[in-house]
Amino acid sequence: MSSENKKGEQKQLRPLSTVRNGEKVKLVRIDAGRGLNSRLASMGLVPNVEITVISNRQRGPFMLSIKNSKMMLGRGMANKIIVL
Amino acid sequence: MTMKNITVALAGNPNSGKTSIFNMLTGAHQHVGNYPGVTVEKKEGLRRYAGYEIKFVDLPGTYSLTAYSIEELLARNFIIEQQPDVVVDIVDASNIERNLYLATQLIEMNVPLVLAFNMSDIAKQKGLIFDTEQLSRLLEAKIVPTVGNKGKGKTELLNAIVETAERGKIERTHKVSYGDEIEEELAKIEAIVIDKKCRLLEKYESRWLALKLLEQDEDITSNVERKEILDVVGPCIEHLRTIFSDEPEIIIADRRYGFISGACKETIKSTVELRHSISDAVDAVVTNRILGLPVFLVLMFLVFILTFKLGEWPMDLLDTFFNQLGKTITGFWPAGSENWLQSLLVDGVISGVGGVIVFLPNILLLFLAIAFLEDSGYMARAAFVMDSIMHKIGLHGKSFIPMLIGFGCSLPAIMATRILENRRNRFTTIMVIPLMSCGARLTIYALIIPAFFPQQWRGPVLWIIYLTGIILAVSCAKVLRLTLFKGETTPFVMELPPYRMPTLKAICMHTWQRGWVYLKKAGTIILAISILLWAATSYPKPSEKDLAGLNVQEVRQAELIHSVAGRIGRTIEPIIQPLGFDWKIGTALIGATAAKEVFVSQLAIVYAVGSADEKSETLRQKLQANYSPLTGFCVMLFCLISLPCVATLAMTKQETNSWGWALFQFAGLTILAYIITFGVYQFGRLIGL
Repeated sequence: MSSENKKGEQKQLRPLSTVRNGEKVKLVRIDAGRGLNSRLASMGLVPNVEITVISNRQRGPFMLSIKNSKMMLGRGMANKIIVL
Repeated sequence: MTMKNITVALAGNPNSGKTSIFNMLTGAHQHVGNYPGVTVEKKEGLRRYAGYEIKFVDLPGTYSLTAYSIEELLARNFIIEQQPDVVVDIVDASNIERNLYLATQLIEMNVPLVLAFNMSDIAKQKGLIFDTEQLSRLLEAKIVPTVGNKGKGKTELLNAIVETAERGKIERTHKVSYGDEIEEELAKIEAIVIDKKCRLLEKYESRWLALKLLEQDEDITSNVERKEILDVVGPCIEHLRTIFSDEPEIIIADRRYGFISGACKETIKSTVELRHSISDAVDAVVTNRILGLPVFLVLMFLVFILTFKLGEWPMDLLDTFFNQLGKTITGFWPAGSENWLQSLLVDGVISGVGGVIVFLPNILLLFLAIAFLEDSGYMARAAFVMDSIMHKIGLHGKSFIPMLIGFGCSLPAIMATRILENRRNRFTTIMVIPLMSCGARLTIYALIIPAFFPQQWRGPVLWIIYLTGIILAVSCAKVLRLTLFKGETTPFVMELPPYRMPTLKAICMHTWQRGWVYLKKAGTIILAISILLWAATSYPKPSEKDLAGLNVQEVRQAELIHSVAGRIGRTIEPIIQPLGFDWKIGTALIGATAAKEVFVSQLAIVYAVGSADEKSETLRQKLQANYSPLTGFCVMLFCLISLPCVATLAMTKQETNSWGWALFQFAGLTILAYIITFGVYQFGRLIGL
């Protein structure tokens, strides 16, 4: 599934862990159990929220920014968050 | 004049400054305890204001009020069961939207609500302007701007609390709406809940119950006694799943944010372009791929130095004080007439109490450093930097800090595990901390190594001992995480709060509270055990006849051998012989359970060398004459792996809230020590050492 934006570029659904530093993406869904989903939701990670990736190294934890706060996620979790 | 009582609960996100507001409202009148049965802290405080006696309860910091974590359940249940007159939600005004998520849940619970817009100075700096009147109307709660760590807004907050308490519960007009589809299902569930007179209605309101059931809240769902209700809920959830291709729970969360977003759009203006703040600049260095680790190590080094080097001076002072006290008390008895009371007071009580208090400077300094790191926001970055390494052992990045402190002393190290939120990580870390060779054991190494090893071997041998400790700690942590404390790798999600300059007042308060808890709790246990050990090494005493003709050292030697400790030492000799030990070492080990430093002095007594410390050449000669280097090494190995002291035991009990775990640690380490020392000794003999 993909969608085109104004410039005609194709955008794909992908895991957050593949997004590069400085990119802004939108959250689509989280492929995780209810407990994790709920916790992330209460910290602001709900569908359609805008996420800015601050630090994505190939290994180690992942840093992002949503609304006005910075968060750190384990790599496993960044894999489960699907964005566009 | 009789005062009216009101109870006020403080809720809020972690990092919202809730603690500083609590401190601001209660001053010094605070009491820290635990929620019954769990290791979650409960803080209460009192204040008199406007004719009321106000009890403040500081609820655990949470992002939400679901049933997924124990902190959230505790917070939620407190509000429902204790029915506080007012709930104050402390909100970080510079991060409003996320913080209000909790507020919407409190609104759903229809509690009398006051919102404290904390850190309003930072919000102002960021150029945020609030139309508090309108927002207050929309949320149907009074809003008070505060700056907790500077004490601003106290009076206004207290006034708001009193007014809200006097007004009592209101019927809300602006409810959070979840959209037509969900509202339809909610109505269905509400209807059946009321119709079947669900017993939960005694405690909860029907709309809230319906909402929780739709969210599949485990706590509520498992308590519904009527199957008919659940039979209606199921299809509602299925229906919503189909429409939204997502769990109702998530859609409801999304709608809450929608509500917040709507309310904020109308009432909050941003006048300054949000530019990259200082926080981001610091982070660029501190979490930098290359610089992050060195920065962290330097800071850890500083913490270590602060705790142990700086702590030396007051510790020596306290040591001297207690020695003097002992001498003064002894002075009450004319020389030669000392009896059991004198011994109990000086060698038991004063020695015991002194032993506890002497640690206080260490602990206070350590917690001062930790409070600074936490309040400034650095701690979260430290976890980020250390995570990749600690993850391999199955531990959290933050575990590194208590383990590092363990190289100085296990006591403050175990207390420091409070910075770990996850229970499994915490317990695992607590279990392996004693394997980090502590300062007390150094005295044993300082005695034994020069006694048995030539100059060029001494450094390497010491290195080997420390390294063994580290390797064992890492292995044990790994094993524990795979077995007893098994759990999916902790979902690692952590907020990185903006950097703030901690106020002196705040860190001093945090520090003092920790120190007080240590004194009260650990202190009493350590004292009790010290007295027990004193009795075990002093009684029973040999008869006058047996002591005839012996000099001072020999008398002490005879007394020790004759005592309970001495007898135990002899009894266990057959068991420890395969390790290369004899009853003399055994006796010294028994005495050393009080504190590892005592091993040296106990050994000195057993060998009738009189009072000696680790530098004593006489004692070293005795050792050389009686044991092989292999045995010497094994003694160090055994001391390394087994529990350093009863104080550690007491600390583990306190931090795990269970004697069971403390004894598990004791047994586990002792058995591990035995097996490894056995292996090393036997292997050594085999290859002819």
